[in-house]
Amino acid sequence: MTTIKTTLMGLAAGLLLSIAPAAAAEQAAAGHEEHYQIPRLKWTWGGIFGYFDQQQLRRGFKVYKEVCSNCHNLGLLSYRNLGEPGGPGFSPEEVKAIAAEVQVFEGFDEQGNIAMRAGRPADNFVWKFKNAKEAAAAFGGAVPPDLSLITRARGIEREFHWYEYPLVMAKDLATQYQEQGADYLHALLLGYVDLPAGRKIADGLNYNRVFPGNQLAMPQPLSDGQVEYGDGTPNTLDQEAKDVTAFLGWAAEPHLAERKKMGVWVIVYLAVLAGLLLLSKKVLWRNIEH
Amino acid sequence: MSNESIASVTHEPGSFEHTYQPKTAFTRWLDARLPVIRFAAHFMAMPTPRNIKYVWAFGAILAYFLVVQLYSGIILAMHYAPNSAIAFDSIEKLMRDTSYGWLMRYTHVVGASLFFFAVYIHMFRGMYYGSYKSPREVLWMIGVAIFLCMMATAFMGYSLVWGQMSFWAVTVITNLFSSFDSIYPGLGTAIVQWIWGGFSVDNPTLNRLFSLHYMVPFVLVALVALHVWALHVVGSNNPTGIEVRDVKKETLPFHPYFTTKDMFAIAAIAILFAYIVFWMPNYLGDVVNYEPANPLKTPPHIVPEWYFLPFYAILRAIPSKLGGVIAMFGAIVVLFFIPWLDTSRVRSCRYRPIFKWLFWVFVFDALALGYIGSQPAEGSWVFWGQVFTVYYFVHFLVLMPLVGLIETPSPMPESIEDDVKRKAKSTQPQAVPAE
Repeated sequence: MTTIKTTLMGLAAGLLLSIAPAAAAEQAAAGHEEHYQIPRLKWTWGGIFGYFDQQQLRRGFKVYKEVCSNCHNLGLLSYRNLGEPGGPGFSPEEVKAIAAEVQVFEGFDEQGNIAMRAGRPADNFVWKFKNAKEAAAAFGGAVPPDLSLITRARGIEREFHWYEYPLVMAKDLATQYQEQGADYLHALLLGYVDLPAGRKIADGLNYNRVFPGNQLAMPQPLSDGQVEYGDGTPNTLDQEAKDVTAFLGWAAEPHLAERKKMGVWVIVYLAVLAGLLLLSKKVLWRNIEH
Repeated sequence: MSNESIASVTHEPGSFEHTYQPKTAFTRWLDARLPVIRFAAHFMAMPTPRNIKYVWAFGAILAYFLVVQLYSGIILAMHYAPNSAIAFDSIEKLMRDTSYGWLMRYTHVVGASLFFFAVYIHMFRGMYYGSYKSPREVLWMIGVAIFLCMMATAFMGYSLVWGQMSFWAVTVITNLFSSFDSIYPGLGTAIVQWIWGGFSVDNPTLNRLFSLHYMVPFVLVALVALHVWALHVVGSNNPTGIEVRDVKKETLPFHPYFTTKDMFAIAAIAILFAYIVFWMPNYLGDVVNYEPANPLKTPPHIVPEWYFLPFYAILRAIPSKLGGVIAMFGAIVVLFFIPWLDTSRVRSCRYRPIFKWLFWVFVFDALALGYIGSQPAEGSWVFWGQVFTVYYFVHFLVLMPLVGLIETPSPMPESIEDDVKRKAKSTQPQAVPAE
């Protein structure tokens, strides 16, 4: 049995926050680990003309704000990004209001005390915790990771024989499979299933069929009906997971739609250029034996 | 403009070297002081065998990627902060907040991969057509040195991201030198600490990696200049492997014939390049490197970028650490010696019925080593890694000298001209007899 990205399992297994290393190693060694094949989903931002759905990003932001942000941060994102083209498209007033909800470290006042001010659109997202130590203390030693790059820092493990590799690679290239991290995240959020008979997990950890080692510190964060959308979209667990994954996919690469749009024109330009150069070459070499 | 008139301007048969005549007062003045235009004219008129195929365009394609890497790299260096505390975030800032920073960064990352893709094809082409054989030994050896410089530059560039895989790749590779402790106790440790600038991979290590990532490309450019110079002395090889006998009949001036041909090849490769940059920029990289470096957390499977995988497989195939290091460097060093390891009098595999097949077996061996390098070193992969490693060296050290002695070459054309004439005859439409 082989995997396409050998590191995928390892990267997740290495997540310090959520693994009891000894227990996980024991389980894996005993062959108890559950291998769940993560399905490949269709995302609006996949493919040649991929883009982020504005309404979905808004719903996803709501899920992030009401659920994820209680523990995690998006430190690489600025509040102003929420109003930029290709994103959730909040108005300047909405962005200002969202930013103003946090207090930002400004410096020191004349007495040398820490001075704070209300957040502005130019500020980066502010974590609920002062620092990683405070977070670790709150969660028994496990620090909830920053989610800014989570959909790019995760992949999925696929099982195939070595001779199938060229085919898998060709298929990935032809279908531009770049959404492995999103598929992983969505499956993880849906992965809290009942503990199979005969499996034991360490105290304080939760069983997840997707997470490598199957033992995750994060309890099931989302459930049916947890977030009120208010726009008529059914708030099932699956929908919430998809929406927050889309939001985090955008947060990982706010310029994605711009990149794909530009790519189309670059390819058209290069195709015309290559065609003209081939014609020049043919004309020049017309009467030359070679 | 007809073909004949272009030819009459730029290509006077048999007089490749002295076609430049300064026409204005300024160019006459300059020509007497620094004949740079004369040099360029002479340079671009290099007689090039007219029968070379598109696979020869990879030299020009490599030059294109070198320029792309230098250009995008200089832009990246304006925004990158070589400090272990902020290096990772500075790259993300570039990706998110700098105008088209994402484009420069993805261009540089994907460009590095395609640079290696092109150099591997260029090297395999040299091996198939015997381009390393006399009188091109020095040309080939400079090429191997360029390959080494590329590897060093790429490795150091990857480390600058300061993600998890960057950090642990640097840790693993620099730790290889600790194997020298088995030669002389303490020697390896001293070298490793000297490289690190401390007792672990840390900010001083990152600073020197950045400095050297910027410096080694200067060496690379100098070597490329020597490579091109050597090429101009001995001339291009060609698919027959037969030396040019009649410059007038068998060659064409490099410009405009091969500049046009190479430009088309570059445009075609650029389409592939753009496809990856704009739609799959992270496909060739490892997802783990989007996690910031964490010295306290080892990724269970540390793998290099794809272009190092065959050498990584050779490193891991040898059970002893020092032995693995020697084998890995030996796999590259052996390339310096193939001009003398190959005993065949025939250059091109086209006329080498046995070695032609061995060439393709070697290509398969290199690909297999690459795949094995991507797998965890456990189970049957360890065994197969050793088998393919042994074959890698057997190919160069046993088969190459031996087959050259016992092989009977197949019939060859008299000359390049003869080959071109035969090919023209066989591809011309056959006259259809009238009913």
